[in-house]
Amino acid sequence: MSAHTTRFELRRGAATRAAFGDALLELGKRDPRIVVCDADLSKSTMTHKFAQAFPERFFSCGIAEANMVGIGAGLASSGKIAFVSSFSCFVINKGFEQLRVAVAYPQVKSFKVVGTHAGISIGEDGPSQMAIEDIALMCALPGFVVLNPADEVAMKALVPVAAYHDGPVYIRAGRPPAPVVYTPGQEFHIGGSVELIPGSDVTIIATGLLVAEAIRAAEELESEGISARVIDMYSIKPLDREAVRRAAAETGAIVVAEEHLIDSGLGVRVAQTVAELHPTVMEFVGIRETYAESGPPAALMEKYGLVARNIVEAVRRALARKR
Amino acid sequence: MPEIRTLEELQLICRRVRRHIIEMTGAAGSGHPGGSLSAVEILVTLFFSVMRHDPRNPRWEDRDRFILSKGHGCPALYAVLAEAGYTPVDQLKTLRKLGSIYQGHPDRRFIPALEASTGSLGQGLSIGLGMALAARLDGKSYRTYVVLGDGESQEGQIWEAAMFAAFHKVDNLVAIVDYNKAQLDGFIKDVMELEPFAAKWQGFGWHVIELDGHDIPSLQRAFTEAETIKSRPTVVIAHTVKGKGVSFMENVPKWHGIAPTPEEVELALKELA
Repeated sequence: MSAHTTRFELRRGAATRAAFGDALLELGKRDPRIVVCDADLSKSTMTHKFAQAFPERFFSCGIAEANMVGIGAGLASSGKIAFVSSFSCFVINKGFEQLRVAVAYPQVKSFKVVGTHAGISIGEDGPSQMAIEDIALMCALPGFVVLNPADEVAMKALVPVAAYHDGPVYIRAGRPPAPVVYTPGQEFHIGGSVELIPGSDVTIIATGLLVAEAIRAAEELESEGISARVIDMYSIKPLDREAVRRAAAETGAIVVAEEHLIDSGLGVRVAQTVAELHPTVMEFVGIRETYAESGPPAALMEKYGLVARNIVEAVRRALARKR
Repeated sequence: MPEIRTLEELQLICRRVRRHIIEMTGAAGSGHPGGSLSAVEILVTLFFSVMRHDPRNPRWEDRDRFILSKGHGCPALYAVLAEAGYTPVDQLKTLRKLGSIYQGHPDRRFIPALEASTGSLGQGLSIGLGMALAARLDGKSYRTYVVLGDGESQEGQIWEAAMFAAFHKVDNLVAIVDYNKAQLDGFIKDVMELEPFAAKWQGFGWHVIELDGHDIPSLQRAFTEAETIKSRPTVVIAHTVKGKGVSFMENVPKWHGIAPTPEEVELALKELA
């Protein structure tokens, strides 16, 4: 079984934030209801492309995220599909109370928030700019969908999916170039997942940049004769519970890998599902009870345990417990 | 369009609304009578003589928008909505009870005529801004009115919104501050002074109108004036009396957040006969 090793020549792709900017521009051309708010980071979140094309539908909110979320809620309540964007750590953390009371609780359905620069892979800017709690926060809000595209293909497909979903959505985006996992045409939907590599000994459930690391880990494990299934869990909420159940039932061991605090992200959501549907051995790869620091993205991912090697080690621990 | 009502008719509605507020909070055994009573003339003037709206068609696209950002004043809003024909008058006394449409703070899920769910202070002006921007984008003439509390104006988000509204020249938005000078912990001046309040709004680029918030003709003139002001938003600073209309509640901060006892309800209703 080596089909996938030729299938995955992970080439360097665009950052998911760049794909977001392109997708938003395309969406804006097709649908005049699309409006965009940004908080003085449009050149980084890439909403500036939309702003240049449709200045009348772009609202510069200044560095005032709480107000921006409220404005987005008002626009979305008045016939618009509102995309509200900033760095994830700012729009989610500073806007959280507004996301809760002005969007989630009154069920403002055409409100979409896109947080870029999520995770520690932003690098040199350091912990104040690194969203590592955003999945926990946004999964806590009833009715919100939480999406985490792994690459440019997934992001371009999921932006329109989010826009036309009948409910509020959070999309997580990253700063650095993301390895390309998919070929164009791949289908994505809310509550879905993609099995990228079939496997029978263990399942690696990954999200975001960790999907590429999971593929590398599976390839390394294969050379040792271990058959690892790899699932891209791009829809963190709602979760593809059936894919999780099958992974537990068919492989008997699950490793979850994410660029988020380990105690409150995708891992605990998968673990809850596993506990409910098919209890099995689990291991987790994520950020452990700490804030990171400045440094080159790759070096940070290495130092904080978010690379293929960490996934391989977690798989070995899981398999040892499985026996 | 609202039918033309005389000053006497509007004052009569105000009196009925005040009686509802007392009866509702009395029946609920909790709630916020003080800041509801102070806002009565503001709300009645808007709903019965200024705003274009249709109680038979609450989601009419061209309706003027109203947001009670100081959501705890909802007994006044519920009484006004009921008197206007949006919701049942005979259920007003179910305020705060399980299953009631008259929730403890305004909840859009229960009353579709509400434009926003409020209660977490500081948010209504931003939401109203979004609605005003949408009107401008769509070339629609509807206007957006947001009632703020004075204590609420201590929230930073209010001033984020104030900055935005002036910078983006949002002239189809009117903020009204129910300036009753008291908040839960005491008088504004002792908790967190707002003065010079009008100067703050002016400094943020707003057209400011100060008036007696219980004087209906002044309120009517102010809303007419606001329609003529172009390229900047208008704020109406309405000087009001907390607990207005009930002698033992007037200017007593404790009536911010406690309900009258049955005896107090009786006393108050006598005064409002």
